[in-house]
Amino acid sequence: MTILEVNDLNVTFRGGIKAVRGVSYRLGRGEVLGIVGESGSGKSVTSLAVMGLLPEGAEISGSVKLHGQELIGMPEEELTRLRGKSIGMIFQDPLSAFTPVYTIGAQIAEAVRIHQKVGKDKAAKRAVELLDLVGIPHPDVRAKAFPHEFSGGMRQRAMIAMAIANDPDVLICDEPTTALDVTIQAQVLEVLKTAQRETGAGIVMITHDLGVVAGLADRVLVMYAGRPVELGGVDEIYYRPRMPYTMGLLASIPRMDRPSARLIPIEGNPPSPAALPPGCPFAPRCPMKVDACDDGEPELEPVGPGSRRAACIRAHEIELKNLDGATIYPVPEPPAETEASRPRAERETVLKVEDLVRHYPLMKGAVFKRRVGTVHAVDGISFDIAEGETLGLVGESGCGKTTTLQQIMQLEAPQDGTIVVLGKDSAKLGRGERTALRRDLQIVFQDPMAALDPRMPVGDILAEPLRAHGRKDVPARVAELLTLVGLEPSHAERYPQHFSGGQRQRIGIARALALEPKLIVLDEPVSALDVSIQAGVINLLEDLKVKLGLSYLFVAHDLSVVRHIADRVAVMYLGKIAEVGTVEEVYARPAHPYTRALLSAIPLPDPNLERSRERILLEGDLPSPASPPSACRFRTRCPKRARLSAEDARRCDTEEPIVTRLAPAADHGAACHYPEVTEVPETAVS
Amino acid sequence: MRSKVVFARMLRNRQTRYGLIALLLLLLLAYVGPFFGPHDWLEKDFTAFMEPPSADHWWGTTQIGQDVYAVALHGMQKSIVIGFLVALISTGLAALVGASAGYFGGWLDKALMWGADLLLVLPSFLIIAIVSPNLRGGSWLWFVLLLAAFSWMITSRVVRSMTLSLREREYILAARYMGIPGWKIIIRHVVPNLSSLLIIDATLNVSAAIIGEAGLSFFGFGVQPPDVSLGTLIAAGSDKVPGYSWLFLFPSGLLVLLVLSVNLIGDGLRDALDPGSNS
Repeated sequence: MTILEVNDLNVTFRGGIKAVRGVSYRLGRGEVLGIVGESGSGKSVTSLAVMGLLPEGAEISGSVKLHGQELIGMPEEELTRLRGKSIGMIFQDPLSAFTPVYTIGAQIAEAVRIHQKVGKDKAAKRAVELLDLVGIPHPDVRAKAFPHEFSGGMRQRAMIAMAIANDPDVLICDEPTTALDVTIQAQVLEVLKTAQRETGAGIVMITHDLGVVAGLADRVLVMYAGRPVELGGVDEIYYRPRMPYTMGLLASIPRMDRPSARLIPIEGNPPSPAALPPGCPFAPRCPMKVDACDDGEPELEPVGPGSRRAACIRAHEIELKNLDGATIYPVPEPPAETEASRPRAERETVLKVEDLVRHYPLMKGAVFKRRVGTVHAVDGISFDIAEGETLGLVGESGCGKTTTLQQIMQLEAPQDGTIVVLGKDSAKLGRGERTALRRDLQIVFQDPMAALDPRMPVGDILAEPLRAHGRKDVPARVAELLTLVGLEPSHAERYPQHFSGGQRQRIGIARALALEPKLIVLDEPVSALDVSIQAGVINLLEDLKVKLGLSYLFVAHDLSVVRHIADRVAVMYLGKIAEVGTVEEVYARPAHPYTRALLSAIPLPDPNLERSRERILLEGDLPSPASPPSACRFRTRCPKRARLSAEDARRCDTEEPIVTRLAPAADHGAACHYPEVTEVPETAVS
Repeated sequence: MRSKVVFARMLRNRQTRYGLIALLLLLLLAYVGPFFGPHDWLEKDFTAFMEPPSADHWWGTTQIGQDVYAVALHGMQKSIVIGFLVALISTGLAALVGASAGYFGGWLDKALMWGADLLLVLPSFLIIAIVSPNLRGGSWLWFVLLLAAFSWMITSRVVRSMTLSLREREYILAARYMGIPGWKIIIRHVVPNLSSLLIIDATLNVSAAIIGEAGLSFFGFGVQPPDVSLGTLIAAGSDKVPGYSWLFLFPSGLLVLLVLSVNLIGDGLRDALDPGSNS
């Protein structure tokens, strides 16, 4: 039964910007439709148009039918009656979706009372029930809490509770888990499944994360440049994509299950909606482009058996030859290893961090400040990086990754512990030595928008470190750097805002390379980029590492990217290292219960694997670093501890585990009293 | 690119267009106008004292036979120069002090902001009134410095707080981790990124300085005779308004027009540079 039917939906913004062009889909009862696309593909605008929430000045044409009732052109009062009752919406940012001055319970009760004739008490009771349904502990107490007292994951649960308060027929989720950490994301996705079971609603799931869609959706709609380019069942799309864009997208994702394969980037950038190419919008980036592609935009047409449709004139050919992304896209050459790598023990150590501690005082009072507590941001961590090695530092937000970075980059004496960069102790550096050492230690930031001064042309941005360290031949070096990262030397005259996100990140990398450093700290360098762009930047980082003999400290929350790029990995939890070792060891045989949960929470872009996987769901949120649990930091959420005998469990409460080597031969350690031992069949070891 | 957009957005605002045109005309009048007048501002016509406007003396004459047209335009020149100079110095000072205080923090921040607070609580009018007679015979530039010294504090506090947030931006961090000295970061990264605030502030400071100069000169603490400014002219004409209104009306009319046009431009600039601020 079709509940929501969208037909030829078009949205044009002021200035003739066509954000959505001809989107059509049907959503059945209890069905999950995933809409995927990169930023700017029009996926969010589509859903806002369905809800009737677009700002004035947006022209909408086409038809949106809910239970056969036309929504486009419906008077605002009638729409208001439908919104929240028949259509629920879950937004990306749950903080701005709640009014900060009312309690969560009151806001959910209000949603109930607006659409149902019930008394205040009954609505409040219903709110508590709903909060219980979405898995909020002590719902009766938490209902009286204000939005800021909830954590991000909790807020998103409350948002789901509010969206399902009136038993909607359609739930529109706009990137509901993008702002959340993986373990929390796994929890929220689970709640979303529960919500769907309870209400039987159809879900439109909008996301850029192909892993999330693989695990949740029944059907998938792929959007590019405001247009649907492929629509079909989830298995069809993931295993047999027939539109080159989908094929490229799937080939460009770093996969945990096949880490060694080289990533395949899609060249170029998505077109601007104000200046679309004449024919197929994907043609300029398409490896299968023929002249006929420029003649006109292809329609979504059925391809092969089943319900799948693709917008590509060569889709039938792809179907016949059964091509996939790896065959049609040119696979970039892996960089040639210059010399056989020496064993780790023989290589020079470029960075050594030992028992690093960074505590922040928690102050209170306006006139007389007094210390009321301590934030244990980083609480005694140790790791080292050998020459030519990449160490991935992973963990959820609030675990102290960024603080660790800042401590290293500042090159000053830490509160406690030592930081040794290239054999020089940061506590014993003189002024001149510190400046000199900065040549060898550079950083690439997460947000390519914020990391480049918007008022400086790119040439000046790159020249700045060169001039500061007294290099001659600055213009020549700038041109050389731009070429090195895959840009044109003529780009030096442009300003950062003229570049796309991926290009800007390349400029950031070029700046870090300017002084020929030995160690580069990468602070989530690809997390702000779209997948097809991300692949190119990761490949660039890999190439540069081999070419220039760099070492990386790669900080990230995306474990698949780390699996791909890192040699060793350190997992952080609440200011401590939980597990450290080579990626092969840690990913294949995770020993710490936290690492296991983290790895199992990552959505894989593979529907079959997603369905058969067993998830370890963690309870609750990350505890506050101002009052971390005593002894083992993870004990409050540890799934392993729950299975221990009372006597064994007491050890977790009283004795702090330290990172211990698991096997004498393996480079792998975990801070757990009862590390998991994974039995690996003999064949899988090699 | 950006400046083009800003300029186009500014011109779209009708009041700003009027302001720009008015200011241009006033500047033309002040600097080109005297060449067309029949009299020099120092010239005294002993045949015409307190004459009303006529074909010979367009805006009338003063009690010592000076041509009001020539004198008023000369006064306006002085007022404009003082206004722009004061705005330039005080905004520059505010940017420097505010950005240093915000960027370096610590004791420097405390000392600079303490200084700014101290200047804020001192009654500037009184201080200038006391100090300026001692500079009699000195250059009018001293007066400019005095005016500037008392008008940078509030802006510097705004600049400081904006610098505090800029300091955490990644491009500033990047520069710091590159080993670039603090003062270079301030000049190269902090101040250019505050330029919209500073441009607006400088524009609004121009009109404030012109008014301030006129006010002080009115009471005899500003520009000293024989030099004239709009303030001294207004003061000289103010007691003769009933019978000899041209002595007062022309200089004060010029003052009102000048300040009004600068303010219109300032408002338009603010709306254009900072689209969030307009209603």
